[in-house]
Amino acid sequence: MKSCTVEFLANNNSIIVAGDWVMGNVTPRFVDIKSSLASSLSGELQIQTSSLESWDSRFVLFVYELQTYCQENDINFNLSGLPSSAQGLLKQVSAFPVRESGNKQLPAKSFMAGIGEKTQHMLQQSALVLNFVGEVCFSLSRLVRGKASFRKQDLWLMIQDCGPNALGIVTLISVLVGLILAFVGAMQLKIFGAQIYVANLVGLGMVREMGAMMTAIIMAGRTGAAYASQLGSMQVNEEIDALKTLGISPIDFLVLPRLIALVIMLPLLCIYADFLGILGGLLVSVTLLDISLMEYVVQTKSALQLGDFATGLIKSSVFGVLVAISGCMSGMQSGRSSSSVGDAATSAVVAGIVSIVIADASLTVIYQIIGL
Amino acid sequence: MKPVQIEVKNLTMAYDDFIIQQNLNFKIHQGDIFIVMGGNGCGKSTLLRHLLGLKSPMAGEVWYQQTNLWQMNERDRHKIMRRNGVMYQSGALWSSLTLAENIALPLQEYTDLSHDEIKGLAYLKLALVGLVGFEEYYPSEISGGMQKRAGLARALALDPDILFFDEPSAGLDPVSAKLLDDLILSIQASLGTTIVVVTHDLPSLFAIGTDAIFLDSSSKTLIAQGAPNDLLKECNNPILQQFLNRGESPKNGMMSA
Repeated sequence: MKSCTVEFLANNNSIIVAGDWVMGNVTPRFVDIKSSLASSLSGELQIQTSSLESWDSRFVLFVYELQTYCQENDINFNLSGLPSSAQGLLKQVSAFPVRESGNKQLPAKSFMAGIGEKTQHMLQQSALVLNFVGEVCFSLSRLVRGKASFRKQDLWLMIQDCGPNALGIVTLISVLVGLILAFVGAMQLKIFGAQIYVANLVGLGMVREMGAMMTAIIMAGRTGAAYASQLGSMQVNEEIDALKTLGISPIDFLVLPRLIALVIMLPLLCIYADFLGILGGLLVSVTLLDISLMEYVVQTKSALQLGDFATGLIKSSVFGVLVAISGCMSGMQSGRSSSSVGDAATSAVVAGIVSIVIADASLTVIYQIIGL
Repeated sequence: MKPVQIEVKNLTMAYDDFIIQQNLNFKIHQGDIFIVMGGNGCGKSTLLRHLLGLKSPMAGEVWYQQTNLWQMNERDRHKIMRRNGVMYQSGALWSSLTLAENIALPLQEYTDLSHDEIKGLAYLKLALVGLVGFEEYYPSEISGGMQKRAGLARALALDPDILFFDEPSAGLDPVSAKLLDDLILSIQASLGTTIVVVTHDLPSLFAIGTDAIFLDSSSKTLIAQGAPNDLLKECNNPILQQFLNRGESPKNGMMSA
């Protein structure tokens, strides 16, 4: 491969290019010769390519920059020395009118304007949330009056997906959470010789808090994200528009079955998680703490009341609503490109988990006040 | 005779045991605009995937000049595939990148050009397809016709030897489709690129095609080869005549090609 060169001859106003202008070869840049052009070029410029061997787009780019420079400085640029195919390409490049409006430019914002915009954005976002929740409420009232239409087999599929299909991961996580609680508690309670109270700790911890919380977080990551990406890609494919044009409410048809499925299944998963958590605690206690199986069971029974289960179940149905709403809302409000589907899934998980934790804190305080 | 760029020998294409096309034999010559035509579902796009090296044939061979595409190791195959530019049916632009970034990506991956040079080249390719001023736009912000042209600009990014088009005029209005045809012709004229077009758009294939094959879905093989205009005049195969005359019988069917 011959090296490529550019030579500017000021005395006869010509520029000579030679060599192999192809990938893998270092080609001269236009900026390198700009200064010598600027100092001594006027009137006319010719280009000579008799010893140009081969070339690709970078050569065209070079000539194009040269041409633009000449136009800006009122220099008559003679292209006739170029290979005819390169001339054709240059003609093609300038065949389209240049768009006047130009690229969109983001104006620099002041700090205060930034705060203002963020605030406005947050207000709009909360309006959207309220709007969506309102629509879901209307849709629920239609359901109660028997006017909401969705396919029953959809509901069964959803129930299967967020119930039985989630059992594996819920099992794993809740047994481990039970184990962790028992370990942490045992370390402290051993100091007082009160190991038996590990059963109380694990039982109450799982039933009142961790069972509901962990299943909800698992489902936010598993089902909430799935809802968002399903509905988001339906948005991209215009499937949601197709429902609307048929007069079918996408909220009734798509959101309701998902919401109902989660609200039914999450409390059931929560009970399952409660018992498996207790089982995890039992494993640790029996193997490491010299507590017999019966002792542990009796202690757990005496520690738990039915009301404790009720608090956990109420929490988990609330979490079910939150996970379903944040998943479906992110999906329904997703943009129309594939990257916005990814954003929708992310925001579904984030919004789901944040709202779960906030709701959990509020519910715990409320339980304290009303003495549950 | 122009040198052969791609040669297909006894190609049989199938999904699992469902045969799409069998015993395909044809050559694509350098500098031709080669049309793959046929009705819906006859395997046009599948053939394209075989030519591109995205799907391995059930039987038969695809030769790029002196090399058999499916007998070389993966690295060499990727080297050959890199010399192809493809414009997909809906543009297939990466939606999280701006138009300029879409074109810059192959350049960044496969060349060691500086940032400025890549920017300049991206600008040049967009100028070629008439999209100057849209460098910073995301694909979702421009119209379908513009997405196709941007897809063409991306296909041109690495100065390919062979350009493949999958249904270039699908979803375009007649004027935009004509503009895209003109663009294909002028790029072919100035770069001498071999162009393979999968299409069933009659005005377009008569306007640009210099060679063509017709895939038939009932006999599952190709039933005619030649320049589209010659096929219209000379070929007597009823299925092909029906296709080229939009289902009307050739005697009273005046083609407005």
